[in-house]
Amino acid sequence: MVAPAPPTEAHIWQLLEEVTDPEVPVLSILDLGIVRAVRVEGEQITVTITPTYSGCPAMNTIATDIRLRLLAEGYTKLTINNQLSPAWTTDWMTKAGREKLEAYGIAPPIDGTASGHVLNLFGKETAVRCPLCKSEHTHLVSQFGSTACKALYQCDDCREPFDYFKCHS
Amino acid sequence: MEFASSENPALANYAPAVRQQLFQFVLQLADTSLVLGHRLSEWCGHGPILEQDLAMANIALDLLGETRSLYQYAAELEGQGRTEDDLAYLRSATEYRNPLLVEQPNGDFADTVVRQFLFDNFHYHFLKQLLTNADERLAAIAEKSLKEATYHLKWSSEWIIRLGDGTEESRQRVEKAIAELWRFSGELTMPTALEKELQAAGLIPDYAEIQAGMAAHAEQVLAEATLAVPQQVFMLTGGKDGRHTEHLGYILTELQYMQRTFPGLTW
Repeated sequence: MVAPAPPTEAHIWQLLEEVTDPEVPVLSILDLGIVRAVRVEGEQITVTITPTYSGCPAMNTIATDIRLRLLAEGYTKLTINNQLSPAWTTDWMTKAGREKLEAYGIAPPIDGTASGHVLNLFGKETAVRCPLCKSEHTHLVSQFGSTACKALYQCDDCREPFDYFKCHS
Repeated sequence: MEFASSENPALANYAPAVRQQLFQFVLQLADTSLVLGHRLSEWCGHGPILEQDLAMANIALDLLGETRSLYQYAAELEGQGRTEDDLAYLRSATEYRNPLLVEQPNGDFADTVVRQFLFDNFHYHFLKQLLTNADERLAAIAEKSLKEATYHLKWSSEWIIRLGDGTEESRQRVEKAIAELWRFSGELTMPTALEKELQAAGLIPDYAEIQAGMAAHAEQVLAEATLAVPQQVFMLTGGKDGRHTEHLGYILTELQYMQRTFPGLTW
């Protein structure tokens, strides 16, 4: 095996673009905004990621996938850090990521609609656009969905149920 | 474990005795999230409707995530080579430090909602104070968990209102649950000897302000639910000192079965 060229940060970022979220495979981990830092010192590569939700079961898989992708390039001195603060927010999701999500059938987060640390009991619901027929006549079915990052909605026009990637800020 | 552990630089600044106290306190928080998360996970596949089954499983998952962050930190504070798994799976009921509330059985949906409401109300106000805590690692865990805890409190508060101001049956059930469970809520903000020392040292928040926030929120939600706030309740305590109700032993029997039967088992 030919020894790999010494890593550069730009190249590592490029490789990370190919690592996808195991639960929403159209999104790369860069689209999702969970890669916080890449550091290269000689042959040592350190990648710092942050969880979307504390209990997100995809985090270990993502760390393994990053490791495998970098190993495949011949990089062996790897450290993957898990960092809690600053806490992840959907504001870090890229524009391209939001477009891919909608095309995939999941309504992307609408910025500025998270209640943050305010409770807003029975507050007015956000108008979420149906990713299928693009109608804004939709309603919340459940605050909680198939994964921690999603809520369940239904379209009042085409009647399809769909996932909404919750705004989290 | 795929992640490198990040040693908290502040750890070196703690005197050994303080570090031991902080270890005990972080363990108490971890035990609390673990036991309540386990209770909620018992609903999985048994919820009254699919959406609420999902909600409880989601909340359980958030609590389990917080549990792991806390046990990992506790293991570092202890510095004896025990891991998060050792702390969760190989300690007996008398070593667990969770308050009594979170180990109470699920009962019916109203019982679970009331237990959750009492805990969420504490958790939310506690984490808010912890955000600016002197211990940086606890502040970081709080920053992550507070967003989730806010969502949980919204869920349980809205359900208290729906059940209280709902049908005759839902009202009767939620009143019965409040009568049964309210007496476990006082322990959450009643400081133990350990907590008093940590508070005096400025290492954890004072509970007086937290309690005021909790009382105001409970009053507002119960008023909207047309329910009465219980008055002059004798509060049961002991869990945070390791004196538990009979229920915890049964939880641990199920939770720890695999590691106790096959020590050191890995997937």
